[in-house]
Amino acid sequence: MNINLTLFGQLISFAAFVWFTLKYVWTPMMGALEERRTGIADSLSAAEKGKHDQALAQERAKEILVEAKNQASEIKSQGEKRASEIVDEAKDEARAEGERLLTAARAEVDQEVNRAREQLRTQVATLAIAGAEKILQREIDAAVHKDVVDSIANQI
Amino acid sequence: MAGDTLTSSEYIKHHLTNLTFGQHADGSLGIAHSSAEAAQMGFWAIHVDTMFWSLLLGGLFIYYFKKAADTATAGVPGGLQNFCEWIVEFIDESVRGSFSSKNDLVAPLALTIFVWIFLMNLMDLVPVDLIPLITGWFGIHFMKVVPSTDPNATFGMAIGVFGLMLFYSIKVKGIGGFMGELTFMPFQSKNPVVQAILVPINFLLEFVSLIAKPISLALRLFGNMYAGEMIFILIAIMYNAGLALGLFGSVLQLGWAIFHILIITLQAFIFMTLAIVYMDMAHNEH
Repeated sequence: MNINLTLFGQLISFAAFVWFTLKYVWTPMMGALEERRTGIADSLSAAEKGKHDQALAQERAKEILVEAKNQASEIKSQGEKRASEIVDEAKDEARAEGERLLTAARAEVDQEVNRAREQLRTQVATLAIAGAEKILQREIDAAVHKDVVDSIANQI
Repeated sequence: MAGDTLTSSEYIKHHLTNLTFGQHADGSLGIAHSSAEAAQMGFWAIHVDTMFWSLLLGGLFIYYFKKAADTATAGVPGGLQNFCEWIVEFIDESVRGSFSSKNDLVAPLALTIFVWIFLMNLMDLVPVDLIPLITGWFGIHFMKVVPSTDPNATFGMAIGVFGLMLFYSIKVKGIGGFMGELTFMPFQSKNPVVQAILVPINFLLEFVSLIAKPISLALRLFGNMYAGEMIFILIAIMYNAGLALGLFGSVLQLGWAIFHILIITLQAFIFMTLAIVYMDMAHNEH
């Protein structure tokens, strides 16, 4: 329990420890703490900003979706309209074609009828001459009465 | 155990003697072999055990805190860094709470005081006979392992704080301001004659209160630690007094050690807080 030189030894070591702590412990450690504090503050504000950006992007996406829906329905209605137009056109064409075919067929039928008539005419003339020959075999000369027979045949 | 061949009072005295290095009566330098020899060495002697343990503990403190400070990054902190930062922030908060001026020295001062005193007090929890027994094997018979039970250690720190108090008092207020604080407070008078009479009274009061600061700092820590150490020594004596008392003593030792954890932390904290407050007073005008 004697007070002696130890007092000064302790005093000097105390001063040395305080100096060392000030220079090599306290200052760098407070620097690191401060740096971390600002880092955390920055991250928090960045997260806040990210959240805000996301909300904006979501809103924008919604807008784009609505626009796309509108466009799609527009395209659909246009398509439907065009389809009915095409159907109508096809119907018209088909009708015209049918009529054309019908006219052609009628013309052919008429032609056939005429041809048949012509044939019949010649045959009737021949038959009438043959009948008249048979009836008037003796008295009537075919060459003499040819104009009479022809006028009859023309009346058919 | 040293008590085997000693009486109780010799055992206690043995435990309270520092390992002292100094000049013997015949003029040769060496280690004192008894407490009487140590006392006879006078002022020009040194307590080797106090110096060794306090420097070792202070070295441990700065080693680990330097390591933590070197690896300190702003990223995710590791275990050691976390622990050191916890203490640093605790000290920082204490300093912010009690110290109102701007001085970068006060916080490191408080950190050093707190951790160093805590570590020195912590040595009190090592069983009183363990380290003296081990050093006894190597021929060293006196070993006080708790530096804070040596008034040299506590006064050394208190004088350090006192010196800083005086330095900053004079630096902030000037010699005149500092002397004025000592002589014109607390009693003041408009009448110059009355004031002249009051000056010595004021000086007596203020000087005593100024000197009382470092003395109370040192003696409070020393007294608490010395008393705690003494109780551990007394409990250790019970181990020689038969099985029943020995068992009772071990229960007491456990209880006292647990209670002492509170005391060693509290004393370190009180020393630190008062040092901060005294530094604050040094920086502020009354």
